[in-house]
Amino acid sequence: MHIYLPIAEVSVDAFLLLGLGGFVGILSGMFGVGGGFLMTPLLFFIGIPPAVAVATEANQIVASSFSGALAHLKRRTVDLKMGIVLLAGGLVGAALGVQAFNALRAIGQVELLVRLSYVVFLGTIGGLMFVESLKAIRRSRSGRSAQRYRKSQLVNLLPFKMKFRTSGIYISVIPPVAVGLLVGVLAAIMGVGGGFIMVPAMIYVLGMPTKVVVGTSLFQIVFVTGFTTLLHATTNYTVDVVLAVLLLVGGVVGAQVGTRIGARLQAEQLRILLSLIVLAVSGKLALDLLVEPSEIYSLGAGAGH
Amino acid sequence: MLRLALALCLVAAPLGAETVVADLSQSRISITTDFDGSEILIFGAVRRETPIPADDPLQILITVEGPSEPVTVRRKARRFGIWVNADSVDVDSAPSFYAVATSAPWNEVISDVEDLRHDISTPRAIRSVGATIAGSEDFTEALIRIRTGQDLYQSRIGTIKFEQQTLFSTSVRLPANLHEGDYRARFFLTRKGQVVDMLETAIDVRKVGLERFLFRLSRETPLIYGIMSLAIAIMAGWGASAAFRAFRT
Repeated sequence: MHIYLPIAEVSVDAFLLLGLGGFVGILSGMFGVGGGFLMTPLLFFIGIPPAVAVATEANQIVASSFSGALAHLKRRTVDLKMGIVLLAGGLVGAALGVQAFNALRAIGQVELLVRLSYVVFLGTIGGLMFVESLKAIRRSRSGRSAQRYRKSQLVNLLPFKMKFRTSGIYISVIPPVAVGLLVGVLAAIMGVGGGFIMVPAMIYVLGMPTKVVVGTSLFQIVFVTGFTTLLHATTNYTVDVVLAVLLLVGGVVGAQVGTRIGARLQAEQLRILLSLIVLAVSGKLALDLLVEPSEIYSLGAGAGH
Repeated sequence: MLRLALALCLVAAPLGAETVVADLSQSRISITTDFDGSEILIFGAVRRETPIPADDPLQILITVEGPSEPVTVRRKARRFGIWVNADSVDVDSAPSFYAVATSAPWNEVISDVEDLRHDISTPRAIRSVGATIAGSEDFTEALIRIRTGQDLYQSRIGTIKFEQQTLFSTSVRLPANLHEGDYRARFFLTRKGQVVDMLETAIDVRKVGLERFLFRLSRETPLIYGIMSLAIAIMAGWGASAAFRAFRT
């Protein structure tokens, strides 16, 4: 059944969208990740204009993170103070990101920016995760326990220290603001929540306890992607609510299925599998940039607009 | 529509001239949520007071065109090992949809001079003045090639059925990726490549219902649209998970 998307102005099979949402939902349920970094490139592949894909994905992430954030708030596994500091950075980052996005869109380079960001970030994260999981598997076979990560000493030297009671840490506000800023920029130009950057950064750079990490990052993601959605909607008119809802319905159902599948697999196997998927997507995007395209011309809205 | 066209003919036609009378199966296209393209049947007749002249046969040429907008055509080039948009040409005005149908091969239907005068062939319908880059024809050719690939530009040479030099009919398929606007159909009656009569009718292509509501809201009150999108998405996400849980238990 074809459905005409009012903002993207393309006609797409509704079941394809539900299926895509479901597929990414299963993966995100299995691996406990947001899935924005997979969904946005998949939307490019099926022919949704990149600007619409990025903005709509931000809208979808708000909704898919909302219930998770609520659940964590109820369980009191959110460091609200840290969340607000991260959010402050995130809002500034999102505003900067949308500015950059619009400036590049005007000169026809936004697609390049989005694709390059994906290749760099997915390639790096996927590669690191792959190496890390291989090491972990080897370690568990040889029977040694994993090393504990020590917080970098450099972070302790920075000024403007603040006490975060829920996390039980006393650190400078500069690193969390910087992490939030980076995540905000990524949300605006890549249409991702940024959990895949924020969660490791919170554990390794900020030294936060694992139990509050996921809740706090979800809290930040809901507000930053919400703000990003509004910025894209008011400056670019690229948020397609029909597309978002279709992806979301598939995604929510997929996530429930994925969680059940994930519970049956081992954590290390899961991580290797996820890293391979991430590498495959970044490889496909890299290939598109490297290989001569079959059509080297493309059309954009004219300068008269 | 038909009556209006007839009335116009009666007023305008000098005695002995041939005039075209035509109508469309629909003069209003509604883009609904399940819009999957649409087919317009075009039919009409030649009205004349005198017998059919014995010399060269009469031919007919029909265009269906969408609203024109400026377009930027970009060309990729390899820079630092990757393919990026390098050169670009701003086309001042290109129709968002353009279909041209004829009753015979192009050269038999119309002369270049008449084509130039009425902007009939697809390259003529695209206006590009002041393009500074060398080889800007490549860019307009690319524009036509890309839009032809998307079914937005259609060249249907010799597809009009023209019986007894009097009755004609053809059809034009509007694709699913249609943009809204004021479309028009033009009819040209030609003999020996010269236009002997022309007629123009409007086609209204509009988003309707939910499509129209969402599109207008997003352009006119984008902030409200954004907030609404967030609220709808949150509710849909919550609803879907609640429904799934209810279904499982």
